[in-house]
Amino acid sequence: MSTKNWPLWEIFVRSKNGLEHRHCGSLHAADSEMALENARDVYTRRNEGVSIWVVESKHITASNPEHNGELFEPAQDKVYRHPTFYDLPDDVKHM
Amino acid sequence: MLNPFQHLIKKSYTMKNENLYNYILGIADNSLILGQRMGELCGHGPSLETDIACTNISLDLFGQVRSYFQYATKIAGDGRSEDDIAMLRQEREYKNVLLVEQPNTNFAYTLGRQFLFDIYHLAFLKELQKSTDLTLSAIANKCVKEVSYHARFSSDWIKRLGDGTDESKEKMQEAINDLWAYTDELFHQTDADKAMVAEGIGVDVTKLKDNYYREISQVLEEATLQVPGSKYFQKGGKQGIHTEHLGYILAELQYMQRAYPNMEW
Amino acid sequence: MSEEQIRSLERQFEERIARDEKIEPKDWMPEKYRQTHIRQMSQHAHSEIVGMLPEGNWITRAPSLRRKVALLAKVQDEAGHGLYLYSATETLGISRDEMYEQLHTGKAKYSSIFNYPTITWADMGAIGWLVDGAAIINQVPLCNTSYGPYARAMIRVCKEESFHQRQGFEIMMKLANGTPEQKDMAQDALNRWWWPSLMMLGPTDDVSVHTEQSMKWKLKRKSNDDLRQQFIDQTVPQADLIGLTIPDPDLKWNEERGSYDFGEIDWDEFWQVVKGHGPMNKERMKARVGAWERGEWVRDAAMAHAEKKQVRKEKQAV
Ligand SMILES: [Fe+2]
Ligand SMILES: [Fe+2]
Ligand SMILES: [Fe+2]
Repeated sequence: MSTKNWPLWEIFVRSKNGLEHRHCGSLHAADSEMALENARDVYTRRNEGVSIWVVESKHITASNPEHNGELFEPAQDKVYRHPTFYDLPDDVKHM
Repeated sequence: MLNPFQHLIKKSYTMKNENLYNYILGIADNSLILGQRMGELCGHGPSLETDIACTNISLDLFGQVRSYFQYATKIAGDGRSEDDIAMLRQEREYKNVLLVEQPNTNFAYTLGRQFLFDIYHLAFLKELQKSTDLTLSAIANKCVKEVSYHARFSSDWIKRLGDGTDESKEKMQEAINDLWAYTDELFHQTDADKAMVAEGIGVDVTKLKDNYYREISQVLEEATLQVPGSKYFQKGGKQGIHTEHLGYILAELQYMQRAYPNMEW
Repeated sequence: MSEEQIRSLERQFEERIARDEKIEPKDWMPEKYRQTHIRQMSQHAHSEIVGMLPEGNWITRAPSLRRKVALLAKVQDEAGHGLYLYSATETLGISRDEMYEQLHTGKAKYSSIFNYPTITWADMGAIGWLVDGAAIINQVPLCNTSYGPYARAMIRVCKEESFHQRQGFEIMMKLANGTPEQKDMAQDALNRWWWPSLMMLGPTDDVSVHTEQSMKWKLKRKSNDDLRQQFIDQTVPQADLIGLTIPDPDLKWNEERGSYDFGEIDWDEFWQVVKGHGPMNKERMKARVGAWERGEWVRDAAMAHAEKKQVRKEKQAV
């Protein structure tokens, strides 16, 4: 049995220009070139993309869901960041 | 699927254009037999990712075959379909080079065969893009993108296997050494080739040779592999004189058409 | 963590699922949830991969170029499905290699239908029509399952599956409308694949073990028997349409139920195949293990090459 297996990569695909890259899945590859080639064959077989990013999974730092309270809840009551917070008369158009 | 180049096909061709017909078959048979070989691996690759990649190459090649043969049916003009042309010829009527019929002995042979063909194929298609035959140049325009990718894919793998482990280096070198004998034939001209070159339709493959060996050597060197020195080459495929492998490939390729003649599928 | 705390976490967890919230990889989850998902998802992935073999068997012999490219693309899709599902399972903390190991040693199961041989071209039609058809019925509800990565993988899979069944049905239709020889070939394939396809939807509800828990976690939305009935009700008219006969003398429309009644399934055969004694179990495993072992030096070489390249890059940077 092999001592070292191909590492895991996360794949991000831009479906068309103007849109952001979106995470679409992962795959295994020995290096970044292979990851790109594999991503092309695995995730864009049906014309799904115009650009691909690959990131080795171990380089991704994820937030811990146990800290979701402190991380994300404080934003919930900052309603003044949203346009609907502001009352304007209906006559004002295009705003 | 409709032939995307349908609109370019001139109706006036008759079989008097036998050279063109044979010329197209010569090109298409390479993709047909190589596609068939790659197709054998589907489900048996060294990793899922590579399996998917190899199947993609096979699919590209069969797509090319269909474009060529659909064009050939128009030129033949005798009611034969693309499948008749692909599957109902005799052994000696297949014009592919010997290289593409070599078996998938192991992954080094599969990739070595692909690499030695891709580098030629890409150079060939780049020239075919300039053909005065608009259908052929349109097909070449589409294929050149696919084959650029194949060439990159196979070259990368040659480097991985050549400059990988001791075991992989040995296997890759062995495959290249064995397959080397089939490279020279790529640059042989048939009568149909010569006639088509004279008409500005065909590619003069003799002119591709030096650059081919230069490119191949570059990749092999980068892969820390030896460029084989052997000057003994095999030939015959273009004249329909094949290795023993082709018969078995055809036995599978033609099986249904032979066992159940004159039916639609 | 005290038992009390765990129970409270479990309660919150079940409530989240009941509210249709998705569970994501780093969320806390009961160990049983993790293990059940690893088992079901990897089993599903294995089925996709082993499922490539019976159809792959006909790629070199497809009767026309059009059929050949369609079949190649279909089998390739199944490799993709296996890959999406293995990747989704890896988020639960098991590696693909470990899952392969389980498959190769017989510890993990895969869909028993793939242990039947493909002996004629019509089997390509029957598999696409019936096997992919039954798979879709199983899979569509999973697009909504509680574990996020599984649900996302299934959405991708289901989108791609849509051409598989049509591909198979078209093959069958062409044969059924062809020469008598072709029609016989189609009927024969239907005869051989019908009952295994019904078995594919799993044991009857009274003996099925995991159902209740799986329903709660949305790993299952309908019982095996309901899925089977749905499959039969949708497939029988399709067979009628192309003039093929479902090989079940007891098959009869039941006006009252608005469904077809059907004959007894041979569950002994099912369990025999599940336990490893179907016609092709050994061959299928031999093919998978063989591909894996023959590929080892290739995978090792790629890794060694990547490391060399990395070292070179670092040296250059100094
Ligand atoms: Fe699938
Ligand atoms: Fe599936
Ligand atoms: Fe499928």
